Amino acid sequence: MDTISEIEVEGAALAAQRRHVRRTPGSWVRGGGFSTFVFMLPLLLVFGAFSWYPIVRTVVMSLQHTNLVQAPTWVGLDNFSRVIHDPQTPIAVKNTAYFALLALVFGYPIPLAAAVLMSEVRRARGLYSALAYLPVVIPPVVAVLLWKVFYDGSSVGVFNTILGWVHLGPYPWLQSQQWAMPSLVLESTWANAGGTVIIYLAALTGVNAELYEAASVDGAGLWRKVWHVTMPQLRGVLLVTMILQIIGTAQVFLEPFLFTSGGPANATLTVLLEIYDYAFGNSLGGDYGSATALSLMLAGFLALFSLVYMRATRAWSQE
Amino acid sequence: MSDERSTQLISPSEWRRPLVRFGVGGAQLLLLVGLVVIGLGPLLWLAKSAIMPTNDTITHPMSFFPHGAAWSNLREAWVNVDVGRYFWNTVVLALGSWVSQLVVATTGGYALSVLRPRYARVVTGLLLTTLFVPAVVLLVPLYIEIVRPPLIHHSFINSYWAIWLPAGASAFNVVIVKRFFDNLPREIFEAARIDGAGPFTLFTKIVLPLSKPILGVVSVFAVLASWKDFLWPLLVLTDPNKQPLSVRLPTIQSQTELGVFLAAMFIACLVPVAGFLIFQRSFLRGSGLGGAIKG
Repeated sequence: MDTISEIEVEGAALAAQRRHVRRTPGSWVRGGGFSTFVFMLPLLLVFGAFSWYPIVRTVVMSLQHTNLVQAPTWVGLDNFSRVIHDPQTPIAVKNTAYFALLALVFGYPIPLAAAVLMSEVRRARGLYSALAYLPVVIPPVVAVLLWKVFYDGSSVGVFNTILGWVHLGPYPWLQSQQWAMPSLVLESTWANAGGTVIIYLAALTGVNAELYEAASVDGAGLWRKVWHVTMPQLRGVLLVTMILQIIGTAQVFLEPFLFTSGGPANATLTVLLEIYDYAFGNSLGGDYGSATALSLMLAGFLALFSLVYMRATRAWSQE
Repeated sequence: MSDERSTQLISPSEWRRPLVRFGVGGAQLLLLVGLVVIGLGPLLWLAKSAIMPTNDTITHPMSFFPHGAAWSNLREAWVNVDVGRYFWNTVVLALGSWVSQLVVATTGGYALSVLRPRYARVVTGLLLTTLFVPAVVLLVPLYIEIVRPPLIHHSFINSYWAIWLPAGASAFNVVIVKRFFDNLPREIFEAARIDGAGPFTLFTKIVLPLSKPILGVVSVFAVLASWKDFLWPLLVLTDPNKQPLSVRLPTIQSQTELGVFLAAMFIACLVPVAGFLIFQRSFLRGSGLGGAIKG
C-alpha cells in the first residue's frame, strides 16, 4: 500500500508540474487532454441528459404549471400548498410511514439472525445463501402477481388452504382494510430480505476472529459473544442497512400499485402512488407540477431524516 | 468472496459440546428447512401450477396433479398470448441496457480513476450527489424529456433508446468500477506507458482484461435490473407489441385463464433464475459489495 501511495504522490506532483506548462488548446490535445475527454464523454452525456438535467428540471417544474399542452407558467409555491392541502396527502404519508415501520419490524431482525446462524454453518453454506437470495432475482412484478394469487381471500386460496390445515382462517388478506398493508409488507420482505442477508454475511466475515478468541479466553459463552462481540462489530453495517431500508420503503410503489391500487378505501395509498396519480393517473392530462412538488418534498424529508439519523447515531456508531 | 471461511464465532472446542452441537446444529437445520419452504417454495408452486389444469389450481391449489398435467399452458402462453414476443422484447431491452451500462461505467471509471483530468473531482462529486437523490425525483422530468426532448423535436415514446440510454446513468456502477480500477496496481500502467501504450491501448489491452470480475458483477446486475424494471417501460413503451414481459403480465392476468397466466409468469422467471444459478458468485459478491459501498 505504501509504495502505491508514494507513487500516487509522485504522480500528483508531476501532474501539478505539468499543469503549469499546459495552457493552450494545442498543448491540451497533445498532453492527452482530448483523449481523456473522449473517455469521459459517455458518462457526461448520459448523466447530463438523464440524471443532472432532470434533477434541475424537477425543481423548475415544481414551481410551474405544466401539462404539455399549454406553455408552462410560473406559479411560485402553489403546487406545494396544493399538495399539502390535498386530503389524500396525510393518508398517503401515514400509510407510507406504516409500511416503513412494519417493514422494519418484519424485515430487520430476521435477516440478521439468519445471517449469524448461516455464518456458522459448516457444510453447504453456499446452499443457504443461494436459497436466501433466490426471491431477490424473481422479477418483482412476477413476485407481486404470484403473491396476489396466494392471497386469494376465498377458502381455496393458497395461503388460506395452508392455514386451513391447522384450522385457521379463511382470512380476507388484501380485501381487508386492516390486513392489506401487512400483506403488502410480508411480500415485500420476502422479496428483499435476501439482499440484506448477503450484506450481513459479508460483514460477518469481516469480524476479527481474535476478538472471539479473546472473549472465549475471558470465559464468554456463545450468547455473550454474539451480544458483546458480533453485534458491536456489525454496528456500522446495521445502522446503514436500517437507513437504506427506510429510504427504500419510503418509496414503495410496486406493491400497492399492483396488489391493491391503493385500496381498499385508500388503506394502501402511498406517497409514490399519489405522485403517480398526479402525473399519470388522470387521463385528461398530468398535473406534473404537483407530482414534482410532492417528490421533492419526499426527497427533502428523506435527506433531512438521514442527516438527523446520522447525527443521532454518530456517537454510537463510532464508540 | 470469503464465502467458505467460518467466522469462528463458535470455536472448535465449543462445537464439541453437545448442547452447542445440537442446539446450534438444530437451529441451522430448521433454518435450512425454512429457507427451502420460503425461498424455493413459491417458485416450485409456480412451476407446478404452470403445468397444472386451471380448474385444479383454482379448487385445490396445494394438490399435486390430481387430474394430470396440462403442458398446453406453456405452449398457449408462448404462442397465443404472445409471451414469446414479449420475452424477446425483454431480452433486447436487457441487452441494450447492459451495453449502455458497461460502456458508461468502464469509460467513465477509466477516465476518473486512471486518466484523472483536473475536472475529475467535480465529476466524481456530481456522481456521488446523484447517489443520494431518490429515483422518484427523476421520474416525471425524465418522462417529459422523453415525450418532449429539448433541442430535438421528436418524441422518443415507444423507442427502446428511451430505456437503453437512461439505464447507463447508474452512479452505483461507475463508483464500483472506479473503485476497482483504483485498486489496480499503478506500476502496470506506468510500465505500459513506458512501452508506448496510449490511453486507448491501456484501456483495451490492460485495464479491461484485468477487470473481468467487476465487469461480471456489473453485467449480472445490469441484466437483472433491466429484467425487473416495470414502471419506466410502462410509461415510455405504450405500444403493447414493444413492451417487455413485466409490463405485459398485469394485462395478461386480466385477459387469460389462471393456468396460462401462471405459465407466462414461470417463463418470465426462467432467465433470471437460471442466470442466478450460473453466475451465483457474481451476484452474491455484488450484493456484499453493495453493502460495503453504501457503508
